[in-house]
Amino acid sequence: MTIDEQGLRRRIEEFLAAHDPATTERLEFLRARYNAGLAWVHFPEGHGGLGLPQAWQPAVDARFEAAGAPDNNKKANGIGLGMAAPTILRFGTEEQKQRFLRPLWTGEEIWCQLFSEPGAGSDLAALGTRAVREAASGDWIVNGQKVWTSGAHLAQFAILVARTDPDLPKHQGITYFLADMTDPGVDVRPLRQITGEAEFNEVFLTDVRVPDIQRLGEVGQGWAVANATLSNERVAIGGSPVRENGMIGVVAKAWRDHPELRTPELHDRLLRLWVEAEVSRLTGQRVRQKLALGQPGAEGAALKVTFARIAQELSGLELELRGEQSLRYSDWAMVRPDHVDFTGRDAGYRYLRAKGNSIEGGTSEILRNIMAERVLGLPSEPRVDKDVPWKDLAK
Amino acid sequence: MSDTNLLYTEVEDDLRATVRKLLTDRCDPVVVTALYDGDRSLVDGLWKALAAELGLAGLLVPEDRGGAGASALEAAVVLEELGRTVAPVPFLTSAVIATLVLRDSDGPLLGQLASGEKTAALLVPLSTAPHGALPTVTVADGRLTGTVTSIAGAIEADTLLVFADGAVFSVAAADATVTPVVSLDMTRQLADVRLDGIAGELVVADAEQAVQDALVAGAALLASEQVGLARWCLEETVTYLKERKQFGRAVGGFQAIKHRLADLAIGVESATAAARYAAATLAAGDEDAVVASSVAQAYVSDLAVLAAEEAVQLHAGIGMTWEHPAHLYLKRAKADQIALGTAGAHRARLAGLVDLPTPQ
Repeated sequence: MTIDEQGLRRRIEEFLAAHDPATTERLEFLRARYNAGLAWVHFPEGHGGLGLPQAWQPAVDARFEAAGAPDNNKKANGIGLGMAAPTILRFGTEEQKQRFLRPLWTGEEIWCQLFSEPGAGSDLAALGTRAVREAASGDWIVNGQKVWTSGAHLAQFAILVARTDPDLPKHQGITYFLADMTDPGVDVRPLRQITGEAEFNEVFLTDVRVPDIQRLGEVGQGWAVANATLSNERVAIGGSPVRENGMIGVVAKAWRDHPELRTPELHDRLLRLWVEAEVSRLTGQRVRQKLALGQPGAEGAALKVTFARIAQELSGLELELRGEQSLRYSDWAMVRPDHVDFTGRDAGYRYLRAKGNSIEGGTSEILRNIMAERVLGLPSEPRVDKDVPWKDLAK
Repeated sequence: MSDTNLLYTEVEDDLRATVRKLLTDRCDPVVVTALYDGDRSLVDGLWKALAAELGLAGLLVPEDRGGAGASALEAAVVLEELGRTVAPVPFLTSAVIATLVLRDSDGPLLGQLASGEKTAALLVPLSTAPHGALPTVTVADGRLTGTVTSIAGAIEADTLLVFADGAVFSVAAADATVTPVVSLDMTRQLADVRLDGIAGELVVADAEQAVQDALVAGAALLASEQVGLARWCLEETVTYLKERKQFGRAVGGFQAIKHRLADLAIGVESATAAARYAAATLAAGDEDAVVASSVAQAYVSDLAVLAAEEAVQLHAGIGMTWEHPAHLYLKRAKADQIALGTAGAHRARLAGLVDLPTPQ
């Protein structure tokens, strides 16, 4: 039976009547919300959803927020919610979905992403972290180094790609795992960034044990699984649901709050960026409506390229608007924040942090290649290493 | 609970296919190019086929007034196809702007426009922004006097709508002096019109709002024409660069070219979203329609020019020739950018609408 919008509204009201947010214990409330299919309504029944359009979710969240419902710690679990969950849903076994999705959604278990390596950035498929099957136990033993891992110091689990067959060409010998970050072989070290803080980490993996039941997808299928994750990431990053959300909202507010700082030149640039941000919001909305009919493809790449450019231009504009004040910086101390907030802290931080937007989750240059090749069908870049066994590649 | 749908419906897809087929058959680029050498023989037959045979002139007219009772979304799809072929027909000027000026009028004219029996044009320069000043025509004893320049759709019109003294009057085009001008875009050739105390019939009494609403809608829907134009430029350029070989390989395989085309593709998708939102808010009578119209024009009109300029540059030598149709698109795109308010004029309008005040 399909539920219409009215039916969904009724379900929410019934749920709130039965679980008063004011008196229900936080975790109990969140688990019950998941069980009722009101966590992420586009997920299937039994996994926190009702199989409804993803476009309906913001209104569901808004209703719960208005009712004073507890938050599922989503700021700290962006990787889990935006990347791990849709990938587990698509490639996971029923047991994996039952085990991981609910504690992920409730925020009981925070996730991080072990993809990039010092020698495998844009060329992620060249990754060298090895996973070797232990004959006796069937477990996988993982050794290697990962980098740019947000939230690794907080995470209980990681989505991990590792090389399981070095004799095959690079794309074919990769397998995707769900790794336990509390394993004693996991060593997380802060990686200080241009903002002064260490939002990211380096993660050293030494004989980390991953049971075979925590393998996601087939052995050697990891590249396809990872691509699904990255497509989800780009869609999650690009485009916000409401007008003046994100960086444009911050800069528009600064403009309104400080008439004394306004100049005609900045006004023109601000209006251009306001229009671009609004169009990017609408483009994201349109992409999500398309995706409601299928899996994300290259569309997210376009959203992310635009998002990064606008965020960078806006955050630069804000510093110029604030003038003398922008010559000061709040604090260079190395702290390890518990979540990433692109629009947080002060204008100087925002400017520096935005530089990462065109690098993380695929550089804008790589994303333009993806657009050109997969959407427009233009010829591929020369790939001299495509058919060479990974072990024979220049490193 | 769901947000505004920005995708095309099946009905719209069917409409698009019908319009595209007719334009493919009857709007060949070679014949369109001939407009620049004064051969306008294409125009009347093509407009008759679209307006009357396909019934597109009445899309925005309610059924009880003799129209199709469709919405701005369907009109937008028609405009995308017209932009795609730079079709020289007065759909925007007659079936959108003039029709919407008359929307709440009594009289038979609205029904005559809907059936394609008559074609009308509002006497404003094509460059008029929806919030801009309207030309001054004086009226005395029902007689109209004045000159209005650079009017689109006047050459094709048999009826002219004149805004004077807060009201709209209709006059027969035959009674006015309509002087075609050599235009940057000859696929929408402009004319200057002089009214020498000719008799007008009052069709809308208190018309200022109706005229402004019609221009807002015109600007919103012009964005769809610009999307159709930009998409043609992108697709044609991509197709060409997959075939064109230099240095022993397809030119479209060079990364400098691929990245430019990727950026253009991102722009065309973004423009589509902006234009669909403008049409959807218009169709729904949404209070955001005025903002959406200016957002669409502020973004899409520049993007369409970029698309046409990239088409010329990336076609390179052949793109500079009279023989290749790219120049038809460049001229239409540049004229469209100025039509109904430049991007800059719409940004200035938005400053007031969305509370980003101009520096004092």
